[in-house]
Amino acid sequence: MIDYETLRLLWWLLLGVLLIGFAVTDGFDLGVAVIYRFVGRSDEERRILLHTIEPVWDGNQVWLVLAAGAVFAAFPLLYAAAFSTLYFALMLLLFALILRPVGLSFRDKLAQARWRNGWDWALFASGVVPSVLCGLVVGNLFLGLPFGLDDLHRPISSAGFFGLLRPFALVSGVVSLAMLVLHGACYAALKTEEPLADRASLVGVGAAVVLLAAMAACGVWLGSIEGFSVAGAIDHAGPSNPLAKTVQRAAGAWLRNYTAVPALWLLPAAVSVGTAAAGLALALRRAGLAFIASAIVQASVIGTAAAGLFPFLMPSSEAPSASLTIWDASSSRQTLFIMLVAALVFVPIILGYTIWVFRVLRGRISAADVSGVHY
Amino acid sequence: MIDLHLVGLSRLQFAVTALYHFLFVPLTIGLSMILVIMEATYVMTGREIWRQMTRYWGVLFGINFAMGVATGLTMEFQFGTNWAYYSHYVGDVFGAPLAIEGLMAFFLESTFVGLFFFGWNRLSRPAHLVVTFLTAIGSNFSALWILVANAWMQNPVGASFHFDTMRMELGSFYEVFFNPVAQSKFVHTVAAGYVVGAVFVLALSAWWLAHGRNREFARRSMAVAASFGLASSLSVVVLGDESGYTATEHQKMKIAAIEAEWETEPAPASFTAFGLPDVEQRTTHAAIKVPWLLGLIATRSISKEVPGIEELTNRARGRIVRGAKAYEALMRLRADPHDSEAREQLGQYQGDLGYGLLLLRQTADPPHATEEQIQRAAESTIPNVPVLFWAFRAMVGVGLLLIALFAVSFYLSARHRFEQHRWYLRAVLWALPLPWIAAELGWVVAEYGRQPWVVEGVLPTFLGVSPQPAGNVIASLTGFVLLYTVLAVFELILMVRIVRHGPDRLGYWPIPASAAHGEARR
Repeated sequence: MIDYETLRLLWWLLLGVLLIGFAVTDGFDLGVAVIYRFVGRSDEERRILLHTIEPVWDGNQVWLVLAAGAVFAAFPLLYAAAFSTLYFALMLLLFALILRPVGLSFRDKLAQARWRNGWDWALFASGVVPSVLCGLVVGNLFLGLPFGLDDLHRPISSAGFFGLLRPFALVSGVVSLAMLVLHGACYAALKTEEPLADRASLVGVGAAVVLLAAMAACGVWLGSIEGFSVAGAIDHAGPSNPLAKTVQRAAGAWLRNYTAVPALWLLPAAVSVGTAAAGLALALRRAGLAFIASAIVQASVIGTAAAGLFPFLMPSSEAPSASLTIWDASSSRQTLFIMLVAALVFVPIILGYTIWVFRVLRGRISAADVSGVHY
Repeated sequence: MIDLHLVGLSRLQFAVTALYHFLFVPLTIGLSMILVIMEATYVMTGREIWRQMTRYWGVLFGINFAMGVATGLTMEFQFGTNWAYYSHYVGDVFGAPLAIEGLMAFFLESTFVGLFFFGWNRLSRPAHLVVTFLTAIGSNFSALWILVANAWMQNPVGASFHFDTMRMELGSFYEVFFNPVAQSKFVHTVAAGYVVGAVFVLALSAWWLAHGRNREFARRSMAVAASFGLASSLSVVVLGDESGYTATEHQKMKIAAIEAEWETEPAPASFTAFGLPDVEQRTTHAAIKVPWLLGLIATRSISKEVPGIEELTNRARGRIVRGAKAYEALMRLRADPHDSEAREQLGQYQGDLGYGLLLLRQTADPPHATEEQIQRAAESTIPNVPVLFWAFRAMVGVGLLLIALFAVSFYLSARHRFEQHRWYLRAVLWALPLPWIAAELGWVVAEYGRQPWVVEGVLPTFLGVSPQPAGNVIASLTGFVLLYTVLAVFELILMVRIVRHGPDRLGYWPIPASAAHGEARR
């Protein structure tokens, strides 16, 4: 069996892989849901845009479901503390995500304009709410969340929803919204014909500009935020007990990993270059290239945030020493090992059939594909 | 220290969202298999009507599937949002099957379901059948892993408590997976899903036949549903009996409550077919008893006793006293992890720690609990007897009724006589809600009967909640009730419209013009 320290590190990486899988695949579904009501001007155009994501969004969403499941299995204390501390954010996310399958399935089944317009707004919400919340939550991680652990290790939190709306976190929310809109726009440009592809490209260029600005703002801001770091040694192979360490806060501490390992600067560099490339490719109507660049942006934004936070999973502003790190909030060694084997067996299989499905569904969607009511 | 309003509300929210989710899951499981049967027939015979059947029932499947996916997210999130301590305390064991469900089943089902709807003109016939098959297999495997996780809550094998991490940790994944409760629950639940699917197809087809519409379509659909339903409904009962048997090994209290067996009867125990359980008096009035039957079902013998509620409460009392000692040792260890005496004491009483935790509802200091507090904790191990008694009987009654219905259907199907009996067509339509009622009651028996435990003997339900203001849960529960009600209304409107339209009157049926275009392009 692999040693405990390596297993914890691997699961932290795997969690990153799952989140990147989510952003790269379901990210464009969310992005399309945000923009389709505005990019598509007639009902037919909107149906074309929806038809680009209808056959694939469900499989894509499983990356998120699986990421949550992996947190439950690999970092149960994180699952417990994060989901309960972020109660209203999670409920909001949930309600938005509930609207999506229902909206996509129900919208086209009746022809009344009111019915369809109502679902258009519901689907817009199902795209924009999760897109903003992702960044809002990550931003709050950097600021620390108000929670502690009692004698029995029960996570106790005093957080409400409005406490999450802090300026830095709101700018992070703009980052995630812009990056997912960019991704959705690239996908729409790739999967539709003129004039839809044209309009989507324009939206994408705008999103790229916003993303660059918001990301730069976050980067500069991060230097002055009171970051977290573990004081003294922490046993990388010890039993998961978050109360056994001491954590200190200092301005600029979030940049310590970047200072220690300068190669990490490649991650934010990839964000900037990728975003610029995606915007440029869209302007030149090279949608395929733009989509690839935008996929790299998704991955490198997540990488940038994760590299800054490491080894923290969920810092606590209320009781810094109760912060959760990958070394003291993980499952037992055996569970991590069994789950790793399961992931190594199934993730390649999943990738294989997902690629096959996308291949079957390749090609641009046109008006002919959505004419008539498809029951 | 325990906010009982919060506990009650969190439980209510879980029950409401789980029962609602479970309106859609069994139909997805059952209908997906029926779609496989229909499409396989199409691929083998090449007859267009079987393709129409697959597509038309597929439309109804799709609406139901969307609701199932949407409401299933709630279940996954809720463990963390509302049952945070539960998630921490058992996540090491319980999280694994859930994550594997995602890897192995949910991904499969969700990825291929899109191709089921949009791949008709992009795939060859056998390839599309494979896609349908993989969707169905995904749904079924999903149920397997969810029930492995659930079975562990009923019978927590293969794990032990660790004081340095304050949680249960996995000992043997093999034991967790091959949990006998999981095996019987899986077949029982999946077969119940097949019954739901079969009744759904049977009843709607009967409606068309009663109106003289879609004869060919409806007759064939009914023939599939009748044979599939008969086999499935028989499996539900056989495996339900198997569940009853395994429950006696691990959940004697649940069985005693279902039977309202207040005192241990001499073996072999009789089965109370009817009666009026009286919780105050601890007796069952007007009981009609079938000799020997309970002993046979529950112990597979005529010599073993089935312990009654009184006796089980006394046993629980003993375990609570020992559990308090485990709790005391645990607190000492938390203060000083090197206290070897405390470690030894914990090792000795560890198996009863969960019973010690039960005392936390009565007192903040279990080691110094009074006799009266211990007695109250012991009595708290008795689930709600009248509810279990009636829920179980109603479930079994409906199950038997459905077997009769499928037997008649199968007979009429074999003789090609569906339409000659108007009474039959009407009866089938009225039977439409029955399998859902039985399925929901099955959930009540299994999960409400598990109380006061969230994990049997390990963690009391009241301790599992996320400590938060009760107002949070009132807000989210209100949101769920409103959203779910609106969605249910829309879902029913769509279902009813599509069924009324029927396969014959759908203007765009069988294949929309665009689809023909897609075929040409390919």
